[in-house]
Amino acid sequence: MNYEDMISERAKIIKPSGIRKFFDLASQMEGVISLGVGEPDFTTPWAIREAAIYSIEKGKTFYTANRGLLELREEICQYYQRRFQVSYNPETECIVTVGGSEGIDIALRALVNPGDEVIVLDPGYVAYAPGVELSGGVAVPITLRHEDQFKLTPELLKEAISPKTKAIILNYPSNPTGGFMTKQDYEKIVPIIKEAGIAVISDEIYAELSYGDEFCSIASFDEIKDQCIVISGFSKAFAMTGWRLGYILSNEIFSKMMTKIHQYIIMSAPSAAQYGALEGLRRCQDEVENMRDSYMTRRNFCVKAFNDMGLETFMPQGAFYVFPCIKSTGLTSDEFCEKLLDDQRVACVPGTAFGPAGEGFIRVSYAYSIEELKVATEKIKQFVEKLSKG
Amino acid sequence: MEDKLLLKLLQKNARMKITDLAAALNESKDNIIERLTELEQEKVICGYHTIVNWDRTNTEIVTALIQINASPEREYGYDRIASRIYKFSEVDTVYLLSGSFEFMAIVKGKTMQEVAHFVASKLACLDGVTGTSTFFVLKQYKNNGVILIEDEDGKNDRLVVTP
Repeated sequence: MNYEDMISERAKIIKPSGIRKFFDLASQMEGVISLGVGEPDFTTPWAIREAAIYSIEKGKTFYTANRGLLELREEICQYYQRRFQVSYNPETECIVTVGGSEGIDIALRALVNPGDEVIVLDPGYVAYAPGVELSGGVAVPITLRHEDQFKLTPELLKEAISPKTKAIILNYPSNPTGGFMTKQDYEKIVPIIKEAGIAVISDEIYAELSYGDEFCSIASFDEIKDQCIVISGFSKAFAMTGWRLGYILSNEIFSKMMTKIHQYIIMSAPSAAQYGALEGLRRCQDEVENMRDSYMTRRNFCVKAFNDMGLETFMPQGAFYVFPCIKSTGLTSDEFCEKLLDDQRVACVPGTAFGPAGEGFIRVSYAYSIEELKVATEKIKQFVEKLSKG
Repeated sequence: MEDKLLLKLLQKNARMKITDLAAALNESKDNIIERLTELEQEKVICGYHTIVNWDRTNTEIVTALIQINASPEREYGYDRIASRIYKFSEVDTVYLLSGSFEFMAIVKGKTMQEVAHFVASKLACLDGVTGTSTFFVLKQYKNNGVILIEDEDGKNDRLVVTP
């Protein structure tokens, strides 16, 4: 039997992740220093772990409400109000999901009809375009520009919108670029979104990791708030990647539809993770701030190190990535990363893993201690010096 | 420059080089040196010490926490009696506390006898000290935010490359 033939067209069309290829390369080697990781180096704060353990001890091992524990949703909504001045109703406008990833999936499934266009940003996080395709839509990329620090500009947005556009997926602070949209940046694109009447899926998972300007949620613009689906979670800010816990905030109609999908495919997010997260929101804001401070000093360190070695790197205002330009080396992103791995055993991710517009760039994660970053950037510097000597 | 960030970096690693501090804080080296000097003069930075786990050396060292009851003095409150306590070289740390006793002193010595003798012959005899209770430390788990025993925590096993 030919099992290949049994695979659906939709599954076949999805490209394998460019990250995967690089992961395979790097994990075959020994003694690799990695700057390729998209998750915090901090272990989850103990208070969160302890609360989850306690919930298990108390036998809180059952399904929760489909949307998640009400008390957790209440904390999430209060948190978004307190931190980012956007308010949602915990009973009807909030769903606790299995990571932000599930949020992206069910938001797309709830919105997209076959053939609908969904605008995605390039370079952008690896899951968006496949998510659009899996839901039957067509991903329409916007090529962001280095000179704009990978912000979404009104010109680029206008060009991409067509009568078939259903939604746009935004992700600021951005993985992989560290790009950031300030309130002023959003002010320029909000009228276009309002006029086009398209939905905005805003992945705000890195919101807490903002270093210069205050983080601004696009949902804080009242005129388009109901067009927005905010996706966030606990992975980055609370160092809870392995717990797989996120949430979606949106208007009641979207939320109801996404809850319907969520209840069939997931039922409810893991209980222990929810109890842990509850503790995190109630008592761990200081730890979040400490982690942010650490990331900020590491960012500064990395930006200087790369610029000093002649790889132009802008100062990203959020997330934990820098996105150095390697065009001056004459290599493609893939070549650069492969040779760097071969020569110095340092792993970075080629910008092209995040879309064609990532060509000429590499993604460097700074979720590492300054001591580790120092060793790794020194090795990259040696590699770049070797290259320039030919 | 944010003092808080500078201090946090140094608190974590007092040996961090000026060039690295400057890079991490996006400042010039001169600015860092200048600010450090000021912070030292203002006694915000009181020293650059090493956290030593003496248990792992051959050095004999005994630590005790001493609760001290004391009466305040007119004009001086507790400050003068405190100074009589903290000036002893055996005394590592002194806190004035709320609650059922006034001071907590951390005292170090070579042996339990030595510490006990110090408490009995010096601390307990001070004018104004009305009583002491001595608690010897059996094992040190964490000091100044640093876990001193073997602990898996923090050894993260992240995958090499993730999205």
